[in-house]
Amino acid sequence: MKRGRVWSWVAIIIGAIYFFVPLIATFEFSLRMRRGTHSFDAYAVVFSDQRFQASFLYSSVLALATIVVGVLLVVPTAYWVELRLRRLRPLVEFITLLPLVIPAIVLVFGYLRIYNSSSWLPLTASERGTDILLMFGYVSLSLPYMYRAVDTGLRAIDVRTLTEAAESLGAKWPAILFRVIFPNVRSGILSGAFLTFAIVIGEFTLASLLDRPAFGPYLQLIGANRAYEPAALAIIAFAVTWACMGLINLVGSGARGTAPAR
Amino acid sequence: MVVQTIVEDFPPIAATPRRRLSWNWLGVVPFFAFTALFLLLPTGLLMVGAFQDADGYFTLNNIRNLFTETIWNAYKISIEVSLASALLGALLGFLLAYAVIGGGLPRWLRPTLMTLSGVASNFAGVPLAFAFLATLGPTGLVTVLLMYFFNFSLRSTGFNLLSFWGLTLTYLYFQIPLMVLIMTPALDGLKKEWREASSILGATRWQYWRHVALPVLWPSFLGSALLLFANSFGAIATAYALTGSSLNIVTILLYAQIRGDVLHDQNLGYALALGMIVLTGASNIFYIWLRARSERWLK
Repeated sequence: MKRGRVWSWVAIIIGAIYFFVPLIATFEFSLRMRRGTHSFDAYAVVFSDQRFQASFLYSSVLALATIVVGVLLVVPTAYWVELRLRRLRPLVEFITLLPLVIPAIVLVFGYLRIYNSSSWLPLTASERGTDILLMFGYVSLSLPYMYRAVDTGLRAIDVRTLTEAAESLGAKWPAILFRVIFPNVRSGILSGAFLTFAIVIGEFTLASLLDRPAFGPYLQLIGANRAYEPAALAIIAFAVTWACMGLINLVGSGARGTAPAR
Repeated sequence: MVVQTIVEDFPPIAATPRRRLSWNWLGVVPFFAFTALFLLLPTGLLMVGAFQDADGYFTLNNIRNLFTETIWNAYKISIEVSLASALLGALLGFLLAYAVIGGGLPRWLRPTLMTLSGVASNFAGVPLAFAFLATLGPTGLVTVLLMYFFNFSLRSTGFNLLSFWGLTLTYLYFQIPLMVLIMTPALDGLKKEWREASSILGATRWQYWRHVALPVLWPSFLGSALLLFANSFGAIATAYALTGSSLNIVTILLYAQIRGDVLHDQNLGYALALGMIVLTGASNIFYIWLRARSERWLK
């Protein structure tokens, strides 16, 4: 048993090295901008870059819109399926898992084919239309995480009893949904929301191929052209990811999930 | 549980006095409309396009052209990188999860590992490539320190971050923690009583693993490895930021095709996408099947 514990420590230490060394190295690298000494110059350059501010803001707004649309789509659906259409549950679950099967690059290829400027619904013809298409793409990508988080929350409460109680007190559908169901699955919704934010903020493939000025393509551009700023940006991106995961832990009991690498 | 489900499936007759047309399905129309428009239809049309020529006639030529050298090689490298990172990630992630759960380590390590895994498995895409360039790139910290302290040149070993092993090593950064997260519930399902029972019956440590633990765990293990495979197979951002277009993996080839029609054949691009879906789809279906199998024991 003693020997087993030694090996456990070895595994943990190797894992810790694998986790921390790239972070330390990246941080150290990001401080090298001024020759011969360590400084935060790279961060200063990044934060004062107009494109950084613009693309980060753009992606943040997009992430918030994605969360709102995603929640409005997923919560009523999951609620209704749980309450009235249990037979559909396997089908709905299957569909929400499809984004894990369909790589993002394939999805956006499909978008470009059916929503191009000469199609029946030319979403990519205007900038605003493309923004909306991109946002819908992100809603699709985040569907597995959002649905699972919300569904776990819904299963933990007695949807049927709550609905009947609200009905017998004279509540109408909007009131039931927004004042009874939403507050009761709040932690699930928040988990899904933070995870969605973490996915959307640095997403590269969709934004790049739809040619929108999002944070992911900006990162790529800087990576191809600069030396020290990318390391600073990696640290910033890591901090954002960390914050999102920390908030998920904070809101607690909701489902834990992970994002695919895209 | 079974009884409850049956009761719910057949509500009391009093609740529906007359059989009338149910409008219940209206509630899920937004969901199905959305997923049809932005998930199923785009993918479906690509799959149809893979079997059409430029004029829209049915053909198998695109599928046949997938087996030309450029495309075949791209698939091969993608599959190799995904396999290597999935298998190594699954193995290391499993060992790490097992060390924390069954290794007699202090309790606080477990929530710490879970949190760090949640962060690391979501730290992917372009920034991950930056991090590894700053670590193992030509002037990365580890490269420099190895040279300084041990006079050891990473480059002289033939290691290059912009290569098969470089990409695999980078992918492992999110693959290992993802495995830890998926595997932990399965390892929790290994009941202490099984181990005690087998040791009372005189089983050795090896026999316990061979006849009890592994048969219970292998569906979860293999299933998770398949999920990791699909995860890295569809990834592009990290590889693109790391290697530009110098590493010919299938996602980068498809990216270039969408950007500038490098294959000079739109429908061949659709076939490329179809091939990807077939591969990730197969591994996911197998994963779901294995998961269903493993849940029998892990309830």
